[in-house]
Amino acid sequence: MLNFFQLILIYAGIYALMAIGQNCITGYTGMLSLCHAGFLCIGSYVTAIMCKTFGLSFWLSLPVAAIATGLIGLLIGIPTLRLKGDYLCIATLGLGEIIRNIATNLNPVGYNSIPRASLFGYQFASRNKFAFILLIWFFVLVFYILFQQLAHSRLGRAMIAVREDEVAAQSNGINVTKYKISSFVLGAAVGGIAGCFQTAYTLTVQPASFTFMVSVMVLCTVVLGGMGNAKAVILGAFIIQFISYFPQLTGLTNVIPAQAKQIIYGLLLVVMMLCRPQGILGRDRYRYGDPRTRKEKIHDFFSRPKKSAKGGNV
Amino acid sequence: MDTLTLYMQYIVNGLTLGAIYSLIALGYTMVYGILKFINFAHGDILMVGAFVGLLVYTALTGEAADPGVWTIIAFFIAMLISMGFSALLGVLIERVAYKPLRNANRLAPLLSAIGVSFILSNGAAWIFGTQSRRFPYPFANDPIRIGAIAITPHQIVIIAVSVIMMILLTFFVNKTRMGKAMRAASLDQATSMLMGINVNRVISLTFAIGSALAAVGGILASFDFRVYPSMGTMTGLKAFVAAVIGGIGNIQGAMLGGVLLGILEAVGAPLLHIPNSMRDTVAFAVLIIVLLVKPDGILGKNEREKV
Repeated sequence: MLNFFQLILIYAGIYALMAIGQNCITGYTGMLSLCHAGFLCIGSYVTAIMCKTFGLSFWLSLPVAAIATGLIGLLIGIPTLRLKGDYLCIATLGLGEIIRNIATNLNPVGYNSIPRASLFGYQFASRNKFAFILLIWFFVLVFYILFQQLAHSRLGRAMIAVREDEVAAQSNGINVTKYKISSFVLGAAVGGIAGCFQTAYTLTVQPASFTFMVSVMVLCTVVLGGMGNAKAVILGAFIIQFISYFPQLTGLTNVIPAQAKQIIYGLLLVVMMLCRPQGILGRDRYRYGDPRTRKEKIHDFFSRPKKSAKGGNV
Repeated sequence: MDTLTLYMQYIVNGLTLGAIYSLIALGYTMVYGILKFINFAHGDILMVGAFVGLLVYTALTGEAADPGVWTIIAFFIAMLISMGFSALLGVLIERVAYKPLRNANRLAPLLSAIGVSFILSNGAAWIFGTQSRRFPYPFANDPIRIGAIAITPHQIVIIAVSVIMMILLTFFVNKTRMGKAMRAASLDQATSMLMGINVNRVISLTFAIGSALAAVGGILASFDFRVYPSMGTMTGLKAFVAAVIGGIGNIQGAMLGGVLLGILEAVGAPLLHIPNSMRDTVAFAVLIIVLLVKPDGILGKNEREKV
């Protein structure tokens, strides 16, 4: 039981990191990207190769992974970010698949028995979960603060302006492409760092684990919590991981089929979109098309005749 | 076999693959034409169609039937039932998951579609198990040789069925009243509503037709790929790539794009001397190149975004 709670904490931390990155891309700048699995993959491989093949320290692989993933983000960002909404989504999805495909073809088995990370002589072994929880959540906190600061900086405000209205932002002298790319690179870099921690915890890297599913789960995390809100995203990571380990927690692994969690994710996405598209902690303030306040909306919802319900703002 | 015949063989294989992509791409492109959103669940409707087809077919013929007249009839009955079921499923999904979001921002229906796709593929894995099943060939599968090129009867069936479906669809869209309504709705929804077109009905019909075609595509694809719950993801994605290559929203474009992608995929790997398992990479690389060079696709009209 405690074991699974610790697992939830560790994976919630890894997903929180990824979701912070995704939130920077989707939440702040409003670009629907679906290649966080690819970024996670690159981060994991950098750590695996640096620690195993070159015998370097895990701590050195952190910045290298961030830079490498950021660079690849830049490389794929420059051409693709000119695309709008749905096209961007598909292009990034394709890129995520390309990254996995290349990784699979280079080395289908991946890497095993990667050396452990150590700090001042203390080794982070997989069985000592508590140390890992501290390690990962320390970094979650660091990135949370960094991105919270970013949101209020000039860069962050420009990103939000791009999200709200690209044309308006451009006419106010904001270089839309530049901010889109910076947001993409930053988001990618954090995804890479999440990959480092995942490798440090599992000590194995398998290309098969970086499927499209991971990208969707990260997106689900962000949507569930509330786009553009770093706190909400961390909450989302907890919820997602809780659902993921629910069968083990309750000891009902035999009763609940393995697919149940994915079905629940799917249901969650649909229901959230239908009922609360801004996420659990999301805010209404930036939404258009409905000038009514929440109170008026609730009032209207209960008082309006059934017939006019179609096509309303949900 | 010399290189030329070898490549001719690749092209024949690519053509069959492309025909399947075209059928599936039509569903994407029709929905995009009218609703301007990517129906991510389309690939999983294909999977459901393949499963329904397989179940009906095995129910009609038994596990190991020898190919004969009855298996061919059973195959087409299975295909029709699967088309009907998928059409209903498509309409139902649209009603529940997309219709309430028609006025929401553009991210919402996309995410909702991803959710539906998850529910379908994992629901199928729950019900049918994750192991893949073989769709028994309803025809004797001895390759027919034309010169040095081998073509199997099921490849001929794939191409024939796809061509018939595409002709029927083109006829429907261009010649019938409902098809005209569909074209009108994809041009301008608000105006067509003012002209007395029941847009909701048109959208339901679009989903029904698209899903039925996906079911056909799914059944035809299962000859080559086997039937398993996640079969729709990759096939669906590539069909979407095909729709984008041809120009999304354009029906002829989807047909052209599908065939083109199939051939590029089959020829690309040997031409570039990369392992055959990299063919997905070829498909996505083509997508990205097309998006960069001509985002509106080969037959798409260049539409500038209005402020």
